[in-house]
This record gives sequence, structure tokens and C-alpha cells, in this order.
Amino acid sequence: MSDLRSLYQEIILDHNKNPRNFGVLDDANRVIEGYNPLCGDRYTIYLKLEDDVIQEIKFSGVGCAISKASASVMTTVLKGKTVPEAEAWFEKFHALVTHPSGEDADGASLGKLAAFAGVSEFPARVKCATLAWHSLKGALRSSATSVSTE
Amino acid sequence: MNSTTVKKGVRDATVSRFDPGTVRSDFPALSVTVKGKPLVYLDNAATTHKPASVIEAITQFYSAENSNVHRGVHHLSELATEKFEESRRKVQRFLNATESSEIIFVRGTTEGINLAAQSYGGTVLRNGDNVVISAMEHHSNIVPWQIVCDRVGASLRVIPINRKGELLQEEFERLLDERTKIVALTHISNALGTVNPVQEMIRTAHDRKIPVLIDGAQAVAHGHVDVQELDCDFYAFSSHKMFGPTGIGVLYGKKELLESMPPYQGGGDMIKSVSFSKTMYADLPHKFEAGTPHIAGAIGLGAAIDYIGELAMEEVALHERRLVQDLTDALTDLPGVQIIGTATNKAGVVSFTIDGIHPHDIGTILNEDGIAVRTGQHCAQPVMDFFGIPATARASVALYNTTKDIQDLVAGVRHVQKVFH
Repeated sequence: MSDLRSLYQEIILDHNKNPRNFGVLDDANRVIEGYNPLCGDRYTIYLKLEDDVIQEIKFSGVGCAISKASASVMTTVLKGKTVPEAEAWFEKFHALVTHPSGEDADGASLGKLAAFAGVSEFPARVKCATLAWHSLKGALRSSATSVSTE
Repeated sequence: MNSTTVKKGVRDATVSRFDPGTVRSDFPALSVTVKGKPLVYLDNAATTHKPASVIEAITQFYSAENSNVHRGVHHLSELATEKFEESRRKVQRFLNATESSEIIFVRGTTEGINLAAQSYGGTVLRNGDNVVISAMEHHSNIVPWQIVCDRVGASLRVIPINRKGELLQEEFERLLDERTKIVALTHISNALGTVNPVQEMIRTAHDRKIPVLIDGAQAVAHGHVDVQELDCDFYAFSSHKMFGPTGIGVLYGKKELLESMPPYQGGGDMIKSVSFSKTMYADLPHKFEAGTPHIAGAIGLGAAIDYIGELAMEEVALHERRLVQDLTDALTDLPGVQIIGTATNKAGVVSFTIDGIHPHDIGTILNEDGIAVRTGQHCAQPVMDFFGIPATARASVALYNTTKDIQDLVAGVRHVQKVFH
């Protein structure tokens, strides 16, 4: 049960049930789809980028609790951030979920993202946690319109 | 009919034993622990575990019999050839095929269907023709036909299903016409558990002189398959879903069809003579078995058939049906749980969803309780689209599962709901 609780933390269950910034962003100037063909998780990330700053960010789609909460928390963290800042958050988050628990998990600097530290104990779920983030990275680079985990 | 012809029902006459509690001890992998808990293995539609006799047969081959087949005159090569061909005869008896030359060893169901699609489909299909499949096919009985259809300009026609997950028979008949060159159907759906009335459907197709391929991947571990009784033209299955090793499977084909078909792959062992101007192909079944085959795999499959042969498969099927029914009843009683696939005739599989909880999360939480189920689309994306769901959790039983496994799963599902609420 303790392992499970480290994965399904309250904050993750909450964002899964009540995802923030969920829906279509009508005036988005960057739209990208992220898809995991193994499990069928599929999200669309909408960005309104102005002068290298993420003015608005929303997402829509379906997937598991980990992928949905990750997308939701991501949108709350990145709103108002510059592109270089967002890319730095991507690196931080990626390190958090792919490194053994404890390493690099600096709770203070990670804020809400620290809730995903338990994912590193569940290798099969790393792709769930990073799907939205990989899509975001694609959207920031703008040329792509879809990102697949495979 | 030659001397190797076998009669239907021979296996039924075998004096047999079946007790799910006892057979468990034949499968070493069932005694592993997961997260400190005893394994509850309910992912048999993905692959089954192997009895010790199969593992021993493979070890014995590599330890004391290893050699290439159909090559040397030396002792080991003759021994390997004999054991390999003996396995082919075991498969022949297992399927009640007329001749052992109708048994083609392939890597698995997928390769078997690809062989039929490329060699048979690729020869008979012309621009404007069609192939009839069903809406509940595994991707491996969709994509091979799509590939050949795209190449020649033929089209794929799909028999629709109802909300219970049953094929609409009147639609099936409507789809068949003079341009239908083959029907390819699953015997039992891997995603829904539906047992299709393949014998009747084969008759319907044959009335119009259309051959039928049956994808038997999910059927071979759950009961008696008799290709003469079914009168199917092709039957494909994988060893690993019936207690044998991975990497080996079978395409059965009626002799006259196989003889009319061009080779699937070229290479050694599939030829009579080779020169740079002309190659003569070998007779059946070797025409379709280019290169060194998975010899140990075929021997392991033979051992799996021996193992099944010692059991009363009618009792096995009854036992499994009871488990499926018990699980269905228990899950139906749980609020917020839906069974996907409620066909009248089902075998082996119970697919389900839980309100507000993605199957992927179900699988992770069940795993913490030592329970193995499959979660996802089960290589049947069109089925998921039909039911308007992203995925399901799927429990699938084999002969070694017990009532306790079902009780553990039901307790696990309650645990999943507790974590999320």
C-alpha cells in the first residue's frame, strides 16, 4: 500500500478527478497531439505563445490518472513561463520521474511536481507521466503536430 | 486419406485427469511471488505459463539432441528431424487434420495469417475484389489483409457487431458477393471473449465457394478444435497461448489450397533444386518453411499437446466457463463496474471497465496485490472505438486458474475503487 500511495498521491488523484485548464483553447497558436499507442492515452495540448511567453495553456483528451494529472499539473506550472523556463521544467520533471526515488527530488524547487516522484518506482508508468510533457516540448518547437511515445 | 488420418474424438476417449488444484503444481512459474504476494495470473489470453514437461522437452533437446533438421546423415540430425516431424504429426492429430503435410510451422498466429494473406490473398485477389473480416478482429487479422488489399486494389469489408459483442449474421451474408475472395474470422475474440459460430459461417461462405481462414489464437487452449469438422480452409494458432513456447505456431491449410499457393519466403529447406535460371520448390509442408525452423519450439509445442492430451478438455472447458461466469457475476454486482462483451457464448475472457478509473491504473493497483491482468486496447482498437472506450482491463483464465484467483481479483477490484475514492 505504501508503494501505491507514493504513486497515487492525493494531489494526483485530485488533478485526475478535477483536471485544471481542461478543454479546448480557441485562440491557441500552437496545437499538438500526444499519443501512446500502447495504452491509447491521447491528449491535445493548446498553447498561446506570445513573445516567447506561454500566455495560455490548456489540454484535452483521455488517459490514465497519471497521464491526466501530469498534464493538468503541467498546465498550472507553465502558465506565464517563458519558453526557456518551460524547457528547463521539462528537464527537471523528466529527471524526477526517471531517476530512482530521492535523487534530484528537491521538493522545494519542484513544488507540485514533487508529487510525481513515486513514478520512478513504476517504470511501466514513466511514459504516462511524461506524455503531456513530451507533447509540450514538441509544441514549443512548433514544427511537429503530433508526438508519439513509440 | 493416407495412413496418418486420424478420427475425430480419439482424444475424447483418453482416460484423463483434471483437477485445477493439482495441475497448478505442473507449472513452475505459478509459484513465483509478486510484491511479496503469491502470483494470481489472469493474463492467459496474452500468454499461458508452461508446464514442467514442456520446459524439460526444450532443455532435453538442447542438452542431448541439438542439431539441424533435414540436413545431415549423422545421428543427432536424424534424431532432431524425427522429433521435429513427430511434433508435426502431434499437431495434425491435435487439429484432426487429414495429413501432416497440411501443418506448416510458423512463428505464431501473426505469421500464419501473413503467410495466407501474402501467398493466397496475393495470388487470388484482383483490383475490385474484397476480403471479409469482422469488427472484433485482432490487429493481426486486419493489417495483413489491408497490406495485400492495398497492393492489389482490393477492399476490406467488415462484419459489424452488436452491443453484446456478437457478429451480425445477416450483415455477414449481405457482405459476401462474387468478388469476395476470402473470409478471415477470429474463432474467439481476444478482447471480448465472444465465441463466434465459425462452423455455420464457414458453411455460409462455402455455399458461395469462398474459402475461410480462422484465427484460432484464443481457441486452442480452451477446447477441442477439429479442422475437418469445421471444414475451415486455413487455421492459424500460436504455441505460447496453449502452454508451449513462444516463437512457434502453426498455419493449417487444406492440401489443395497449399499446393496451389506460391512460397511465402525463399531460402534453404524449401527447394528441390536451385540453379540461377530455375528453382524447383519442395513439396508440402517444406515449401513454406524456408530456413532453419524453431526446432526446439516445435518440440516444445509437441510436449504441450501431449500435456493437454492427458487432460479431459471437456472438463477443462467446463471449469473455465464456471470461472468466467463467477467472475462476470461478481463484477456485475460491484457498483461502477461494466463488463465489455456480454455475448451468450463466451470463453476465457472477461473485459471490464470501472467508472472514473482508467484501465492502466487498474492494472498497476492490481499488480500491487500480485494480480496480473492485461490493460489497454488488446490489439483491437476498432473494438474499443465501437464501445466508445479508450481501453479495458482484461482478465483471462486458463485451466490452472481457481476460484480463489477469481475471489482475489474481485477483492483487487474493490481495492482499486478504494484507492480512487
